[in-house]
Amino acid sequence: MPAPPGMRRVGSDVWELGVDYRPGMRVPVRVYASRKLLDEMDDKVFEQAANVATLPGIVEASLCMPDAHWGYGFPIGGVAAMDVRSGVISPGGIGFDINCGMRLVRTDLVWPEVKPKLRQLVDELAERVPAGVGRRGFVRIDQDTFREVLREGARWAVAKGYGTPDDLARTEGGGCLADADPERVSDRAIERGYRQIGTLGSGNHYLEIQVLRPEGVFDERLARAFGLDRPEQVVIMFHCGSRGFGHQVATDYLHDFLRVMPTRFKLPVLDRELACAPFDSPEGRDYYAAMCCAANMSFANRQVILHRIRQVFSDLFGRDPEALGIRQVYDVAHNTAKLEEHGAGRARRKLLVHRKGATRAFPPGHPELPPEFRETGQPVIIGGSMETGSYVLAGVESGAGSFFSTAHGSGRTMSRTRARKLVRGKELQRRMAEKGILVRSASWRGLAEEAGFAYKSVDEVAAATEEAGLSRRVAHLVPVGNVKG
Amino acid sequence: MSAPDFEFVEGATSDLAFVARGATEEEALVAASEALLAATLEDPASVADDVSRQVKLEEGDLDLLLLRLLNELVYLRDAEGLLLRARRVRLVRGPDAIRLEAELAGEHIDRARHRLTTEVKAATAHGLCLEPTDGGWRARATLDV
Repeated sequence: MPAPPGMRRVGSDVWELGVDYRPGMRVPVRVYASRKLLDEMDDKVFEQAANVATLPGIVEASLCMPDAHWGYGFPIGGVAAMDVRSGVISPGGIGFDINCGMRLVRTDLVWPEVKPKLRQLVDELAERVPAGVGRRGFVRIDQDTFREVLREGARWAVAKGYGTPDDLARTEGGGCLADADPERVSDRAIERGYRQIGTLGSGNHYLEIQVLRPEGVFDERLARAFGLDRPEQVVIMFHCGSRGFGHQVATDYLHDFLRVMPTRFKLPVLDRELACAPFDSPEGRDYYAAMCCAANMSFANRQVILHRIRQVFSDLFGRDPEALGIRQVYDVAHNTAKLEEHGAGRARRKLLVHRKGATRAFPPGHPELPPEFRETGQPVIIGGSMETGSYVLAGVESGAGSFFSTAHGSGRTMSRTRARKLVRGKELQRRMAEKGILVRSASWRGLAEEAGFAYKSVDEVAAATEEAGLSRRVAHLVPVGNVKG
Repeated sequence: MSAPDFEFVEGATSDLAFVARGATEEEALVAASEALLAATLEDPASVADDVSRQVKLEEGDLDLLLLRLLNELVYLRDAEGLLLRARRVRLVRGPDAIRLEAELAGEHIDRARHRLTTEVKAATAHGLCLEPTDGGWRARATLDV
């Protein structure tokens, strides 16, 4: 689908649609993409990004990352920074799976050691990390304790023995958003989610064993600094979120905002999934506090899953996790709105940055980065399809124009309905096995929906993020075993 | 009442969109609940009517009632482990709002019998509608999966 007329190139792999594209736009639409990725985007992406550009208080531009695709409300891969006084907060700018995110874990193990045990490893991970529809988590807590999780995030998990303080240092925001307030969350959300800590979910959620091939290193210095330091190194990557709890928080507030938008706030509703409330209003602040709770649930979920992964590796390889060199590289959030300071000098100001299917990517020297990453910039993880591999990147100074945001994945090019018409899950599993990728899935139909051909090229996306100055490629990781939710 | 009539259609690329049809708006809502069940498991016919629930919802328009009904079914799946469909729906129009009363029926998730596929996170308001057509009523919704 060619980009709309009026889309003009404003930089290397950076494009803009002016405010005259659609009535009501307050800022332009800016798309970060190669010509090929731009041409592959659905026209709905531009329509949705233009709708976002009409939201009150939006600053600079409505942004699309290189993996952008048609979503609901905002495009997936959409970023919008709002002025905290005049701007809005929108659940549709965050997504239902609040703080769905990626965690990357390195080991000292190399592929020749792991290969003979791969089947056992994948089976054991599939058995011990619950995945699929309606599963209960392996962490059993009551609702009062769950409220502590909502306040503390991954810190709760580490305090209970599920991990180490080093894990927290290597998690975005230290694994806890301080503005969380469980009082702003419905009983239904708690009822829906408190049994789900320690579950992967379904859809595009997965847990993958990957290998760093020698030719996969783009920047040796940064790779070493991130702990990616040996040829044929085995690493673990997983993708999951805040589960039913986060979904219910988003659902509750979407319904609430739809009621108050036209009446109390006199805001027009262009698309019901762009329901929003002024950030500086009781409704807006309540949603923000509840959204932070969901983000914390998600950090805790990924933290306990990491602990379970350590146990599985330790049991299988007969050494404790430290002896295996199992250490978290980083944990990034995808679906959030965060209060951040942006701009330089007198123009520096606090903004509410919505990232829906997009990753924060702070540059070297950023004050919010822990000492481990002050020199390198923040590690970024771009998860590819289960057939094509994933990338590790690093935040760069030139990312200021995107509020230090970058891509989060490959980005789909095909609907799930169409993907499953083209391949059967069992056939896909066989084809992947021929390519040396062992996959276990909770559902054959779900597996077919995630086929590699349903996604853009992750190589193209990663290259475009670098070319557009959003982040720098560090390493490419190749999948060898996948547990799909 | 005839068998629920629905189909999955092209929609937002990461999600699942469906169109459900009925002779009346109530039948279209019943068919929409069946579409949600079909998104969740491969063999919705395997879900027996062992458990029932009643729901009463009120909204200013039909679209939002469709959204609320679907999200109620999603909630009950996670909170109570139930796979449910709407067996009967009744709409009562008031001066300012429309009330929906639904009888839901289904059973608890049984991994041995139910071939579960997709955990629907929520029904979204994207492209949402419950509207009259030439021959009846049509419901359209997009499920975040």
